[in-house]
Amino acid sequence: MSVKHSLLALLERGPAYGYQLRAAFESATGNTWPLNIGQVYTTLNRLERDELVEALPENDSGQRPYRITDTGRRHLAGWFASPVQAADRPRDELTIKLALAVTTPGVDVTDVIQRQRGATLRLLQEYTRLKSAEEHAELAWRLVLESMIFRAEAEIRWLDHTEAVVARAELPAPFPFAVGEPDPAEATPELNRSRTN
Amino acid sequence: MTVLHLQGVSRTHGTGENLVHALVDADLTIEAGELVAIMGPSGSGKSTLLNLAGGLDAPTSGEVLVEGTVLASLNKKRLAALRRRSVGYVFQDYNLVPSLTAAENAALPLELDGLSAGKARKLALAALEEVGLDVKQADRFPDEISGGQAQRVAIARALIGERRLVLADEPTGALDSHTGEEVLKLLRRRCDAGAAGLLVTHDARHAGWADRVVFLRDGKIVDSSAPLAGADSLLEGAGS
Repeated sequence: MSVKHSLLALLERGPAYGYQLRAAFESATGNTWPLNIGQVYTTLNRLERDELVEALPENDSGQRPYRITDTGRRHLAGWFASPVQAADRPRDELTIKLALAVTTPGVDVTDVIQRQRGATLRLLQEYTRLKSAEEHAELAWRLVLESMIFRAEAEIRWLDHTEAVVARAELPAPFPFAVGEPDPAEATPELNRSRTN
Repeated sequence: MTVLHLQGVSRTHGTGENLVHALVDADLTIEAGELVAIMGPSGSGKSTLLNLAGGLDAPTSGEVLVEGTVLASLNKKRLAALRRRSVGYVFQDYNLVPSLTAAENAALPLELDGLSAGKARKLALAALEEVGLDVKQADRFPDEISGGQAQRVAIARALIGERRLVLADEPTGALDSHTGEEVLKLLRRRCDAGAAGLLVTHDARHAGWADRVVFLRDGKIVDSSAPLAGADSLLEGAGS
C-alpha cells in the first residue's frame, strides 16, 4: 500500500496536517489499514524533500498544515493513470504455502486447504456482517469492504478448485536435493523435466 | 431455544455393493435466531441433510428433532401437519403453484391447515409485504412476476404462520447477484427476528451471511465453525 500516494490524494482535497490526514485516511478505508502517526510525518517529510508537498506556516494551535504542489499533483495524476503492477503487491503467502504443501512429505494438503477455507470463510462472514450493519456507509469504505469480500470469495473458490485438482492428481514425489552438487546449472534439467511431466 | 436437532443421523441408500453412505453420523443443533450454512462439494450430502431436517426423508439411524419433537415418532398425518406448521422450504426453482396467484401461493399452507380463505389471504398479504413484494404483485401469477419476486413469494410462504424453521436449498440459484443478495438479506432478517435457518449453498458469498458454516465431505461433517463474535470486535481483526 502506498502511504505516499494516499497522502497526496488526500491533500488534493485541500491543505491538512498530520492528524487530519490520518483521520481522513482511516475514515476512507474504515480502519482497515491503521496508519501510525509517525508514518504519516516521515512520509510528509519525504514528500516535502521531493517537493511534492510544501509546509504552510504553523496555525494558532501549533499545527503545521501541508499543501500539495504542482509537481505533487502531476505525480498523483501519474499514479491514478498507471495500473498497479503485480510486483507492487506483496507475495501471496497462501499460494506459496500450498505449492510447498503438495511437495512436502507428510503434509496433508486437504487439511491445509480445509483449515484455510474455514478461516477465510469466517472473515467473509465478518465482512458480510459489517456490510449489512452499514447500509449507508461512506462510498470509499463500501468499496474497501466489497474488495475484501470479493477477495475472500475468490480465495475460497480457488481453494475449492485446488482441492478438486489435488484430489484428482497424483501428488508428485518430492525429489530429494542432490548431495554435494551446489552447481545451479545441474538443477536446470531437473526443473525442465518436472515441468514437462 | 433449540429449533432443530440432529443426533447421530445417518442415511444410506441401496444395499450390498451398491450401498451409498449419503450422510454419516451427523450431529447438528440450530437455535432460534441462527442461520447455518451447509457447504461442500456436490454429492457430499448437503441436500440429504436438508431433506432429513425437514422430514421429507427419514434417517437410517439417529434422530431428527424439530422443536423438541422426534420426527420418527410421528405418524404420516402428524408429520405432514408438523411440516406444514413448523417447517418452511425455499427451493432453487421456487416451486410455486403456477395456477395460483402470489397471495394464494403464500396462503397455501394456512389454507391446507384449515384456516378460512379470508383470514389466510390477510396473513398472506402481510407476509408478502414483509418480504418486500409490491402489493400490486400479490394477485399476479408466478409467470407474471420476475424470478426475484417469485423467490420472495416462496420465502413468504416458507415463513407464514408460526413456522420457525426455514430450510433453503440454493435459494438464489437462478437469480442475478444483486437479487440473490436481497434474498439472502431477507433470510438473514427473518433469522434475526427469531427463525432458525438452514441454508444449503455452494457459494461462499452466500455462506457469508450465516452465523455458522458446516462443511460436508463424503457425507461427513468435516468442519463446523463456532458462532461469530459480536460485531464490535470485528474491525480489529479485519485488516490483519
